[in-house]
Amino acid sequence: MVQFNLPKNSRVTEGKTHEAPDGAIKLRNIKVYRWNPDDEDNPRVDTYQVDLDTCGPMVLDALIKIKDEIDPTLTFRRSCREGVCGSCAMNIDGNNTLACTKFIDDVKGDIKIYPLPHMAVVKDLVPDMTQAYAQYTSIEPWLKTTTPAPERERLQSQDDRAKLDGLWECILCFSCSTSCPSYWWNGERFLGPAILLQTYRWISDSRDEAAGERLDALEDPFRMFRCHTIMNCTQTCPKSLNPAKAIGELKKLLVSRTV
Amino acid sequence: MSAQNRPLSPHLQVWRPQMTMVISFGHRATGVALAAGTLLLVYWLAAAATGAEAYETASGLIGSWFGRLCLFGWTLALFFHVCNGVRHLFWDVGMGYELPDADRSGWAVLAGTAILTLVTWIAGYGFMGAY
Repeated sequence: MVQFNLPKNSRVTEGKTHEAPDGAIKLRNIKVYRWNPDDEDNPRVDTYQVDLDTCGPMVLDALIKIKDEIDPTLTFRRSCREGVCGSCAMNIDGNNTLACTKFIDDVKGDIKIYPLPHMAVVKDLVPDMTQAYAQYTSIEPWLKTTTPAPERERLQSQDDRAKLDGLWECILCFSCSTSCPSYWWNGERFLGPAILLQTYRWISDSRDEAAGERLDALEDPFRMFRCHTIMNCTQTCPKSLNPAKAIGELKKLLVSRTV
Repeated sequence: MSAQNRPLSPHLQVWRPQMTMVISFGHRATGVALAAGTLLLVYWLAAAATGAEAYETASGLIGSWFGRLCLFGWTLALFFHVCNGVRHLFWDVGMGYELPDADRSGWAVLAGTAILTLVTWIAGYGFMGAY
């Protein structure tokens, strides 16, 4: 359902300011969304003054510095620190991206960091991804075949392999799905751009033999057709992929098989 | 601690709007406005069918400065919805999904809306003999 305001327990309040130690010259305010499940308080935004002279270049470096040196209670997901794992997806400076590939210098003024939008918060910058992963499971994201397996692997021409470019690179960080107003309002029934791009990835695979049933599963008022080409997904994708285009291709496939 | 109490992370409150998103919201908003505007059209037609007196009242109401303001808004909404509707038709055939194209077509919608609205009103006052 469309609800523009945040529920009462989710309204964000002003938090604490952690001032930098004396002597720091190149300071930057980093404002981070905090919520602790172990107390009754509403979420708050804490401000950390970070000395950029002793900090790495990425937003993730700043978060790790805060956790190491200022406030060990700060909680966030991270792993590869090079944009291939998708763990550190969050809302930075008003758009979703990976903290590890976002330069601090690319943000003007205070750096505001929130969890991925319109998600249940587990703690601080950690959203609950249960539903997104369940939706991923629902599209059966694996090679499905009916023909007998060949003696060796299923082969693919170079041209057919090229059809997967722009699709296989998706790391499932869900920056796109959580950028999408349709997913915000109808996330429990609309699959969202990340999952739809994955669906298209399997339908585009020359080795997959389940395109028909994959399209059948999209024939529903909500699962795909809640996409109104708002384009937030493509605008925000940290891997510069184009989920909106993938969904457009899916719509075309679905229509063209009925006319 | 219980999963029930988990807050919802901010969404519209923190999102930095992009042009493509604003135009999409505009498409929805103008769609709603056009539905409301259609009621005005129905009222005008019903008044015309009822008789001369009712038609006089309706024309007076719609011709007043407030009525004209509503009509101006209606034409603006109509042309925006039409132009963006054409943009959607291009998307439906798989064209214009690259970001620079989507941005350009968005600006084209805004320009088209402004031009068509102005031309309509200049022509409308011209037919009325205002100049």
